[in-house]
Amino acid sequence: MDTADIHSPLAVDHHAHGHDAHEHHDEHEHHEQSFVQKYIFSEDHKIIAKQFLITGLLWAFVGGLMSMFFRMQLGFPNASLEWLRPILGHWIQQDGKLDPEFYLALVTMHGTIMVFFVLTAGLSGTFSNFLIPLQVGARDMASGFMNMLSYWFFFASSVVMFSSLFLTTGPASGGWVIYPPLSALPQAMPGSGLGMTMWLISMALFIVSSLLGSINYISTVINLRTKGMTFSRLPLTIWAFFLTAVIGILAFPVLLSAALLLIFDRSFGTSFYLSEIYINGQALDRVGGSPILFQHLFWFLGHPEVYIVLLPALGITSEVIATMSRKPIFGYRAMVGSMIFIAFLSFIVWAHHMFVTGMNPILGSIFMFLTLIIAVPSAVKSFNYITTLWRGNIIFTPAMLFSIGLVSLFISGGLTGIALGNSAIDIQLHDTYFVVAHFHLVMGSASFFGMMAGVYHWFPKMFGRMMNPQMGYIHFWMTFIGVYLVFFPMHYLGISGFPRRYYSFSSYQAFNMYADLNSFISISAFITFSAQLLFAYNFFYSIFRGKKATQNPWLSNSLEWTTPVNPGHGNWVGAIPNVYRWPYDYSKPGSENDYIPQNVPYSATPESNLPFENELIALEKEMDEEVVVVVNHH
Amino acid sequence: MTIFIIVGLVLVLAIAGLLLRVTKLVEVIKSDENQRVDGANKVNAFMFPLFLVCGLGGFYWINNYAQKFYLPAAASAHGHEIDEMFWFTMAILVIAFIGTHLLLFTFPFTYQFNAKRKATFFPEDHKLELIWTVVPGIVLALLVFTGYRVWTDVTYHKEDTQYEVVEIVGKQFNWMVRYPGIDNKLGKHNFRMTDETNIVGIDFTDNNAADDFMAQKVVIPKGRPVMFKIRSRDVLHSVFAFHFRQKMDAVPGMPTSFYFTPIKTTAEMRAELGKQDFDYEIACTEVCGRGHFGMRAVIEVLEPREYDKWKASQKSFIVSNPEYIAKLSPSDQERLKKLLPKAEPEVAPAVADSATAKISPAKTETSKVQQTVIQKAGI
Repeated sequence: MDTADIHSPLAVDHHAHGHDAHEHHDEHEHHEQSFVQKYIFSEDHKIIAKQFLITGLLWAFVGGLMSMFFRMQLGFPNASLEWLRPILGHWIQQDGKLDPEFYLALVTMHGTIMVFFVLTAGLSGTFSNFLIPLQVGARDMASGFMNMLSYWFFFASSVVMFSSLFLTTGPASGGWVIYPPLSALPQAMPGSGLGMTMWLISMALFIVSSLLGSINYISTVINLRTKGMTFSRLPLTIWAFFLTAVIGILAFPVLLSAALLLIFDRSFGTSFYLSEIYINGQALDRVGGSPILFQHLFWFLGHPEVYIVLLPALGITSEVIATMSRKPIFGYRAMVGSMIFIAFLSFIVWAHHMFVTGMNPILGSIFMFLTLIIAVPSAVKSFNYITTLWRGNIIFTPAMLFSIGLVSLFISGGLTGIALGNSAIDIQLHDTYFVVAHFHLVMGSASFFGMMAGVYHWFPKMFGRMMNPQMGYIHFWMTFIGVYLVFFPMHYLGISGFPRRYYSFSSYQAFNMYADLNSFISISAFITFSAQLLFAYNFFYSIFRGKKATQNPWLSNSLEWTTPVNPGHGNWVGAIPNVYRWPYDYSKPGSENDYIPQNVPYSATPESNLPFENELIALEKEMDEEVVVVVNHH
Repeated sequence: MTIFIIVGLVLVLAIAGLLLRVTKLVEVIKSDENQRVDGANKVNAFMFPLFLVCGLGGFYWINNYAQKFYLPAAASAHGHEIDEMFWFTMAILVIAFIGTHLLLFTFPFTYQFNAKRKATFFPEDHKLELIWTVVPGIVLALLVFTGYRVWTDVTYHKEDTQYEVVEIVGKQFNWMVRYPGIDNKLGKHNFRMTDETNIVGIDFTDNNAADDFMAQKVVIPKGRPVMFKIRSRDVLHSVFAFHFRQKMDAVPGMPTSFYFTPIKTTAEMRAELGKQDFDYEIACTEVCGRGHFGMRAVIEVLEPREYDKWKASQKSFIVSNPEYIAKLSPSDQERLKKLLPKAEPEVAPAVADSATAKISPAKTETSKVQQTVIQKAGI
């Protein structure tokens, strides 16, 4: 057995057997796909993943740029923004200040873009698509066609949302949560006119895209795992993507219903959310509805949504930390169990966003209790990450740096969630900057770091080249320090009562003193945003001129690294490998290498097998003798 | 000037880029085929404890720096409970924050890659996992129970308590305040009866509305239980009286309430802070459109006697707005006339500090203060 040359791609194939699958029978008959079929309306999960990634990164730039604009307003309220007139036109008032309504539009779109377009589509869409078939050992997703549609619905959604930025009346401006009646009545603010309509259309398309993707992910994980890939041998990335997809399927339709009822209220004279309104000198003939209904429906998605954003990042972190520590992830079963528990609990805590809405206080007590429970599995995960690092042999790739950074942000942001989940404390802190600090740390930054870790770690697999690590180190440290400098001070603003979504704080005696702190936050934000340009340069440059990658540059155990450096359609040349062990046999005592890939049978590693693993060798012989023929109908 | 900055930046970037390129080339020359990490690994490993030290230092520093922003001690009875609950929770959270980060940022340094070492194969430990599941569980249970107690204290409406009722109605973009008058019963409202004079839509078919009066600011008595009856005229708003640790959304079509007892008068607070221009303020905390940041209202806390005097000296809406009443039907006008309180303010003019007591003007209009605020904000 070739153990000396661990870099040889064929080193372990000698003992691995795969099953031969007659899948994609139809595709093999179309020898030459047109450019449009291959790269635009591709049904290959790897291409679709890259489409999601590029679109997500472009949106991240737009969303980040928006935050630069409103941070300019908050940090330097007396500065003239006249120089932005070429870009922002009439959104800069005559006196050189940002229009207050546009400020709200920026804040709204920043939230919408970051939560949905970057951290849901850009994160799940990219990595679920890319990794699920590769890590479970499948040629592609269960339905390449639905997968293709999932991207193009996302693209359509993006076009609509992006166009809404250019309306004269502006895009939606009622906060990313778009509560009615503000979002239902065009006469309440200009952004609630056509901009709001387009927001709703865009989100409807987005939800379709998400559902198409989720169904695919779940079907593929359940049905297309390769031989030997039991659920307990799945990498934690797959568990995370799988549970995320389940949450998505159950939660997104409720947002669609909320949006649909809002469309009815806006355009068809209904009163689901409206009652007793007198506005612009007119008493509206809409009675019987309740704005609280919208909030319940919205947050029924809204809360699971933050876990849709977070879980894939946690999954990626598990994978990267284990691989780069050269150690198994600590507590695999606890990690799976905690993700399942989080996924379940995420559906029954939504009203902690509504403690001060006027709902019955009894609900406040119930949701406080349920919310604080969800801190337990989160704590377990954090401790497991830290224990994985303990006595590891750590290699700091940029992906590893971002993963460790994620754990820090997750802990910091998660802890303040415990304060907010307490309804009595929330009376004072709701809708203040304390909340802004909390979710930017625990969800925004943590998931963004997960996305970065994923990009740096799987870049060689996606593009066959390596990113520049030195630029990666600088990118990480600037961003990590920057994120803390931006969001940590916001906790103190919140404690001091400073409300969110405020264009300026000069109207209040109590808030007038925040000027310096706000300037500091803004400057930190500008520097942090600039650091992302370094990443953008590194990313795009390396696609074309990066150092050529080897087959398994990180010496990782999971299946995606057994494909060729540039995997083609169908992923594996020849048979798909069988799987014999879990993906975390790193630094196993007795083993010469500090990693043993999943497709290496126990019969090949007698020196490191645990007693129960030796007993599985007999089963391996049975498995290898079977030939499985699978025919997929498209 | 700008051109120098731009050129400077470009030069800095170019130098940085060249440095990176040179180090990369040197690394290529020096590299050993079997070497799994380069010098950068040591640097990154060291950065973590460095970040820890700087981070903890920064945390300590900003804790001190931020003290000057903190709100003064709560001006309501329940507010102290909330503040204690908050700081107790934060103490627990800070311990967890520092503890986990001590480990998270020293392990990378201690366990950085060393070709002579092998990592410890440690996939699970049930006892350890049990401990760190149960201990957080217990701590959180403690927080839930204490939180539940404070929450019920704040939200529980005692049936037999006599509350001073103040109605606060939000609209784009200011607050309107109504009092129930001598009978302490707030008249019903009907949104269809809203107009430029009857700005909160008082329903004068309800007899209780006869002695209701509008006010330019919220005036409440120290030491007496107060009930804010909150609603909105158009979109969602939220009343946030932060000094009192009070927050409740204003919903059109669904009146909400918040109960609390003020424990410090405005005068006392002014003395305590040494600021003669201090005022308790209300901020809107539910995004409501363009003027969301400018919806300021003032709350004045008076000694109970002063409050009673002030309240007695207020003219009811009916008295202040005869032209509005004149538009109602003759039978309604008769009925309302009969209901007017007999003791009119002429008997005992308010001798209390004239700076505090305010008589409702004939037409309720946006107060001068609010107008200045709105102008400054450029709405």
